[in-house]
Amino acid sequence: MVVVEPRKGFDLRLKELWNYRELLFILVWRDIKVRYKQTALGAIWAILQPVLATVVFSIFFGRFAKVPSDGIPYPVFAYVGLLPWQLFAYALNESTNSLVSNQNLITKVYFPRLVIPLSAVLAGLVDFAIAFVVLLGLFWRYGIVPSASLVVLPVFILLAVASALAIGLWLSALNVQYRDVRYTIPFLTQLWLFATPVVYPSSLVPEKWRALYGLNPMAGVVEGFRWALLGKAANPGPLIWVSAGMVVLLLLGGVIYFRRMESTFADLV
Amino acid sequence: MSNIAIRAEGLSKRYKVGKQEKYRTLRDTLTQCVTNPFKRKPNGNSQGEDWIWAIKDLSFEIKHGDVVGIIGRNGAGKSTLLKVLSRITDPTKGRAEIFGRVGSLLEVGTGFHPELTGRENIFLNGAILGMQRVEILAKFDEIVAFSEIERFLDTPVKHYSTGMYVRLAFAIAAHLEPEILIVDEVLAVGDLAFQKKCIGKMNDVSRAGRTVLFVSHNMAAIENLCRHGIVLAGGKLVFDGQIKDASAYYFNSLAPASNPDGHVFDLSNARDRISRVGKLLKKVELLTEHNRPVNEGVRIGDRLKVRIHFDLPSPTTRFNIGLGFNNAFGQRIFTAHSLFEAERSDEEQVGAQIFVCDIPSFTLTQGTYTARLWLDIANTEADLIEDAMRVDVIESDFYGTGKVPWNGSFVLPHRWYLEPEDSAVHQGQLVGAVPGELYGSDL
Repeated sequence: MVVVEPRKGFDLRLKELWNYRELLFILVWRDIKVRYKQTALGAIWAILQPVLATVVFSIFFGRFAKVPSDGIPYPVFAYVGLLPWQLFAYALNESTNSLVSNQNLITKVYFPRLVIPLSAVLAGLVDFAIAFVVLLGLFWRYGIVPSASLVVLPVFILLAVASALAIGLWLSALNVQYRDVRYTIPFLTQLWLFATPVVYPSSLVPEKWRALYGLNPMAGVVEGFRWALLGKAANPGPLIWVSAGMVVLLLLGGVIYFRRMESTFADLV
Repeated sequence: MSNIAIRAEGLSKRYKVGKQEKYRTLRDTLTQCVTNPFKRKPNGNSQGEDWIWAIKDLSFEIKHGDVVGIIGRNGAGKSTLLKVLSRITDPTKGRAEIFGRVGSLLEVGTGFHPELTGRENIFLNGAILGMQRVEILAKFDEIVAFSEIERFLDTPVKHYSTGMYVRLAFAIAAHLEPEILIVDEVLAVGDLAFQKKCIGKMNDVSRAGRTVLFVSHNMAAIENLCRHGIVLAGGKLVFDGQIKDASAYYFNSLAPASNPDGHVFDLSNARDRISRVGKLLKKVELLTEHNRPVNEGVRIGDRLKVRIHFDLPSPTTRFNIGLGFNNAFGQRIFTAHSLFEAERSDEEQVGAQIFVCDIPSFTLTQGTYTARLWLDIANTEADLIEDAMRVDVIESDFYGTGKVPWNGSFVLPHRWYLEPEDSAVHQGQLVGAVPGELYGSDL
């Protein structure tokens, strides 16, 4: 039996999401299929973006500005940082407007609305996978062999997705009410890139500030990726724990806020 | 207890209306926080003009296997009720208990993406409607056959014609097999053949014992499919009972309130009116032979004179009035229009006017008819009223043979005779003959 009544409080209903997993997959499939049907470059774009960015960063930050890179060849250093960053930036972009652009579904069909920003984030995993393959090519070119710390990579991939989802939930819910939110995204993304240790190492940040720096969830994610893939001697420790904590907090808060606002989506969107 | 499919108690939903802008901006909210942190949003109470109750205190029970028609004027709250029952929007007050899987068809082709092919959209739309992938695979061939688009299955849907689009969309939706089916006016799209197919499919669904909630303005479809009827007006439930009674109630509520002078219809408070220039149509009177007022109704074939009182704000010769007679199913049976009058005077008229539409023999069959009345000035619609007046046609012996005509929308004078065997026609000698000459002039 299903009861229809005014929604109250903290009813998270996460189990329902599992029932709708097929819808989730098909929405992800739809987004990917449509994207690749429409672009001339197709899958190449997933490679071009991080590669070009790495080239530009290597020239201007690596060579000219001589930004240190913890003893790793700068291109590899930057690329490894860009990998989770691109996933995050993609999620920021796509999920913010996801609810509004799927307005025709939200006003006509019932399903847990969480599916929509979730599908936007998961669609980014495809680009991530393609870019990852290029990373392997880079490793081969520079003769780098991953060390035992590789085993923690899945954890950080999960953390990357979680932080992308956390921000995505907040932004997509906010965007339904305040339509100007999506116009702040390009700006937000740029600032956030510089606040994250993608083009520079976190060792640049003075020791005493480093924990505070960890409040940026992506800081921990990026350094975690570097640790897992490049096996840096000193694991960044407290930074990663602070970031992981932030991700959990933001994700929980995001789900709660989203669920609370969910009943208004069909009316506002 | 266990044979209830839906139980609703006090369901209510309100919306904000009015000058309030729909989207707040973050910028405005943030600046407000800084400049005026203690200002409380004026909390709209339900009495204020800010809120409107789309549905209020709806309570009803629908049993399993019931086929229910939900009828009412536009804006009565039908779609809102369906949205609440489909869980698309939460009610403001009240609750409903739903026993069974719900499939909602509030629109055809929900989620169709123009870039994807028909095949891909079948999976997409099916999943959106709640079908599992295995279910879609199992019914795939049936869906394609029902939609008749086999040849175009792998073309992007953006290249489909509207007809193909709608057929495919309905084909997918038709194969949804929920325990409770909720359908909202999807029959409004598509041609006649398509509509027949839809109704046929819905008949199958109801015969299979599923519960159906159906909203439509197509009264013929509703009366055919449904057994139970619920009438909504202004968001409230005004009638709950057998479909024939519900539809009679609804139809009676359309025409203006009864008055002691049954033949006079005062249009000053007419609802369902679009007045582009002003409320120019004032009054309608119904008269029959010898200008007798029509109070009880006219018999089939009697003379009907419609006297329309209206106003012309400025002098003009280019004005026309149309009178469209609709039957109880809302189908237009006959349109009278002053454009069809050959002998119009070409003098300019201004001010109060009385236009008379004189129908020597009103040959519509027995029933109640409402009429849409409109006034055009210089080719623009100046004033239009739906259901401006109502006329009852009483059964009567039109043909003068002691038998009252039944069935059909109207009667036509006609004769029957057996053709004599020795006539020229019977022997096939029609070539060169002028029709009419052979039969004589009494026909």
